[in-house]
Amino acid sequence: MLSIDNLHVRIDGKAILKGIDLDVGSGEVHAIMGPNGSGKSTLANVLAGRENFDVTQGEVKYLGEDLLALPSDERACKGVFLAFQYPVEIPGVSNVYLLKAAVNARRKYHGEKAIAAGEFLKLVKEKVKMVDMKEEFLQRAVNEGFSGGEKKRNEIFQMAVLEPTLAILDETDSGLDIDAMKIVADGVNALRREDRSMIVVTHYQRLLDYIVPDRVHVLADGRIVKFGDKNLALELEKEGYGWIRDRLEREPGAATR
Amino acid sequence: MSERFEQLLAERSRLDLPGAGVDWVETIRNENARRFEELGLPTPRDEDWKYTNIEPIARKSFTPADTGESLTGRDLRAIAIPGLDVHRAILIDGHYSPTLSNAGELGDGVRICSLAEAIDEQPDLVQPWLGRLAAEPEHGFRALNSAFLQDGIFIWVPDGCRIDTPIELCCVQHGEPEETVSQPRHLVVAGEGSRLTLIERYVSLHDKRYLTNAITEVFARRNARVDHYKLQQESTKGYHIGSWLIEQHAGSHVMTHNAALGGATARTDIRVRLDGAHAHCDLNGVYVLNGRQHVDTHTKVDHCVADTSSDEFYKGVLNDRSRAVFHGRVVVHPDAQRSDARQRNKNLLLSPDAEVDSKPQLEIHADDVACTHGASVGQLDDDALFYLRTRGVDEETARGLLTFAFANDVIEKFELPRLRHYVEHELTSKMFSIDDLEEII
Repeated sequence: MLSIDNLHVRIDGKAILKGIDLDVGSGEVHAIMGPNGSGKSTLANVLAGRENFDVTQGEVKYLGEDLLALPSDERACKGVFLAFQYPVEIPGVSNVYLLKAAVNARRKYHGEKAIAAGEFLKLVKEKVKMVDMKEEFLQRAVNEGFSGGEKKRNEIFQMAVLEPTLAILDETDSGLDIDAMKIVADGVNALRREDRSMIVVTHYQRLLDYIVPDRVHVLADGRIVKFGDKNLALELEKEGYGWIRDRLEREPGAATR
Repeated sequence: MSERFEQLLAERSRLDLPGAGVDWVETIRNENARRFEELGLPTPRDEDWKYTNIEPIARKSFTPADTGESLTGRDLRAIAIPGLDVHRAILIDGHYSPTLSNAGELGDGVRICSLAEAIDEQPDLVQPWLGRLAAEPEHGFRALNSAFLQDGIFIWVPDGCRIDTPIELCCVQHGEPEETVSQPRHLVVAGEGSRLTLIERYVSLHDKRYLTNAITEVFARRNARVDHYKLQQESTKGYHIGSWLIEQHAGSHVMTHNAALGGATARTDIRVRLDGAHAHCDLNGVYVLNGRQHVDTHTKVDHCVADTSSDEFYKGVLNDRSRAVFHGRVVVHPDAQRSDARQRNKNLLLSPDAEVDSKPQLEIHADDVACTHGASVGQLDDDALFYLRTRGVDEETARGLLTFAFANDVIEKFELPRLRHYVEHELTSKMFSIDDLEEII
């Protein structure tokens, strides 16, 4: 599904990712954990096509294609979805407009005709229930005046409507209380499928109690320093990230592979 | 600089003007001809014209447009607002067209007719009002309009009468031959407790160079409600100077909606006198410019007496090398206590070469008032663009969607859904070559 090979990224001249290798198979859920500033969000954003990120080395193959060569909207049309850590407020554009634009962009890209109004409405009404939100929510401007929890639920709602092939969840758990996190996690779990892969970026192990990953990678200082199965997350929960920092100080550039 | 326009003034004698030979009409004309000779055309040295240079207009030899050209059914369909049921008044090159106008059925005492006809047939309705708000012309263009006092529309709504169907006043520029000038003159009197909606449009059939120099005087008497829309859709080479002069009596409510889409150089003055307690005015507008368009909106609200309120909200979208001027002046007179005046102007620049001058100006001579104003100039939000693109929306559509969203909170205030939809369509098709947006909105 996704294969990242020796990815180096600079932002404003500063090296943020320093050689990432990551393979995500079809239907797998991979968790990326790590301390603040380790490059987790940069990785999520570079996969979604954020501009002004300078890829200096390496490549990313998505379904056999060079992902980095595509503009962000084409990536989305090919099934890549980023749930934002900080969803953007867009006054004047309602949720339902945005989703209709998104659904139709995808259809147009694949040479299909625009979705019928009735079919679209049925689809969004069904999916909005999944994240436990009221239908009025559809008419509200995208994320405008939403609480932190509502914004995150909105991301999962969009994901449910757009049915991506590769979903990247960037700290979807941050700022959520336990109830909201359960709703989000239930939404994500309901969307797990054999032909859909997910990358779950998180600082805390908490979310992974609910979204159980197939693989866990620990990112520090722009490199993956450790990987393992779901138990690695528990280990990190107990030990914190301190040991990574210690080790990086002892042997700069070290990575356990 | 005004020589060519002085020559134009001399042409009055060869025209067939409304109320020719009627003393009070000729007095207005002669007085304003004299005023024009004193004032001349405005120059950038005039504070109120600082950012709008009308020299390209002054350099041309405009001649009065003749009557004659008519419109085909196809022309009419091309300019119609789809699905909107209206009382229709049509002026072609400034001349009222009795054959194309169709006022339809009107209530007792309601008049929707040409100003010339009203001066002839019911001078007692016209004389007390005509020219009252234009008596002291602020600039040469207004004096020039009054010096000709050409035809236009007259709307009279008796006390207590509601006209539910909107009145569409369509000033069509045929633009044949090039460099003609038309100077429509409209008068609207809304009686006590009456209600009316007027859609005033300036449209062009061909991409010709011409000048429109219009004045509309509006009187909203006690407790009247007037919704006044202006759609400025002149040709891309056309020049437009227009003045809305509004007087409001106690308890009246006037909503002005002003959409400026066309014109090479266009200036709209809106003057509102709040002359009775609890008079309220909304000034709502949007200008959407591209190419080298220059659009100047110059508003002034006079809070003349206590307990009056005004709320002004203008938004501008500027692309390419276009330029906009927004000048919003609020004057609270010494006795106008408890005046409430709000003003906002927001601009979106889509190009680094576009420019806007936004100038709020409050003059407050009373102490117990609530006045606020704010102006901003910004660009499309990169984070919002990225967000939309990660949802699959291509860049052009994303820019269109965000631009539309920016302008839309002004257009949303248009109370006629068909008209709102029409303006949305005109706006998006002007700025973006995309069909997708049409499907979305």
